Amino acid sequence: MTRYFTSIGLGLLCVAVLPMIAQPPDSAPPNAAASPTTKRDRTNSAQQSDGERKFTQNCGRCHTSPEGFSPAISRTILQHMRVRASLGKQDEEDILHFLNP
Amino acid sequence: MWNCRNRLTHRGYRVLGTCILTGAFIAVSYAPAQNIPLISGGAGFFTRTSGGKTSYIPTIEPLAAAPLGSHALVEGRANLLEDFFPSASGYDHVHFVALTYLQMDYLVGAHATIVAGEYLTPFGSYNERLAPIWIGNFQDPPLTAGLGTGTGSSVGGMLRGSAISTSNYSLDYAAFYSAASSNQNFNSQNSWGGRSSIYVPRARFELGASFSRVNVTAQTNNVAVHAWWEPADSSFKLRSEYDHCTHAQGYWIEADYRLSPFGGPDSALGRLEPVFRWQQVFRNSPDPSDGLPSADTQRIDAGLNYHLPHEVRIITSYSRQLSATGNANLWQTGITYRFLFPTWRGR
Repeated sequence: MTRYFTSIGLGLLCVAVLPMIAQPPDSAPPNAAASPTTKRDRTNSAQQSDGERKFTQNCGRCHTSPEGFSPAISRTILQHMRVRASLGKQDEEDILHFLNP
Repeated sequence: MWNCRNRLTHRGYRVLGTCILTGAFIAVSYAPAQNIPLISGGAGFFTRTSGGKTSYIPTIEPLAAAPLGSHALVEGRANLLEDFFPSASGYDHVHFVALTYLQMDYLVGAHATIVAGEYLTPFGSYNERLAPIWIGNFQDPPLTAGLGTGTGSSVGGMLRGSAISTSNYSLDYAAFYSAASSNQNFNSQNSWGGRSSIYVPRARFELGASFSRVNVTAQTNNVAVHAWWEPADSSFKLRSEYDHCTHAQGYWIEADYRLSPFGGPDSALGRLEPVFRWQQVFRNSPDPSDGLPSADTQRIDAGLNYHLPHEVRIITSYSRQLSATGNANLWQTGITYRFLFPTWRGR
């Protein structure tokens, strides 16, 4: 029993400490997923708009957008969600561009 | 949160730890800038009061995902909870440590992904999409959530993806085969089936159908149809599902409306979200294996959730359940936190 609680405690400690050591200095600002602002050109802007629409229509059907996350995991998130939400390849790319303009 | 079927043994811990470490090690070699393995999930603390007795349930559902190049992904989710409940001698407690799923995804092409391992059974709309504690509007799943999903997970293979995706509609599919497994860590029934759904963006309407055939003692067929609607430019959501199996059938309808139009989503009022669910189950003959109530049951859930900053949410609800086996009032409160971060700094 003691060993069990020790394991749980260590696990929770690791989860609590990891974000502190893992956040890169160039983390996306809060609400980056909901309102990215970088626009490079007209094409990029259109893709951005497509991505925002697809994000709302696919991801937003089940949950709210995250308040912010590191750009280092944006493609991992999309790979995970491509399977979970059965996204097409083009949808994945558009949403990735929206999350990481 | 109550799907704690597969208790990990010490061997299971070693297997899980080895898989995660191996996946992480391989991922280090391949990971480009945006491909860092992540840890996500939810943590929560819940209370549950019925008949004047209150249980306290701290829980955490961590999810790890590690890409292996651009086409493969290893992902898994676990559930750890402690249930403190009243007993004759005061309070007693039980704990669960469960591996919810551990799967490998291989992206075959633009329209198909092969999944192998232990995966969430793609049946209905709740098990895969609304079960995480940071997503669901209520602590308890619908009464019919266990129908067609068996233990919640399947062990075997699955093919899924987006068949068609245009600006007018999208069609997705999932087909699976599961072997019977009595392993404590990877428990599943012998079954096969699939799900397909169509989504019309303009109407913001989704309609899906699921089928599964389970071979336990006898072959049983399960069918589900779900319909979701989220009107455009509105924070209202309506979700519903009808489930049918050989010995019972039932449905649930859930509605929620976040008050974000009143001052914006970050205003004091806009963070409120009233939620409501109505569900009924009708049984025509006993079957302890289908996961549904043993008698006709109807239940109403009404709650009020509050979205705090930093991915924290307070959920509260009152439920009234009417059944031939006994009526019950249930008060539930909880606080959930959603986390999402990389396992290490990106390059």
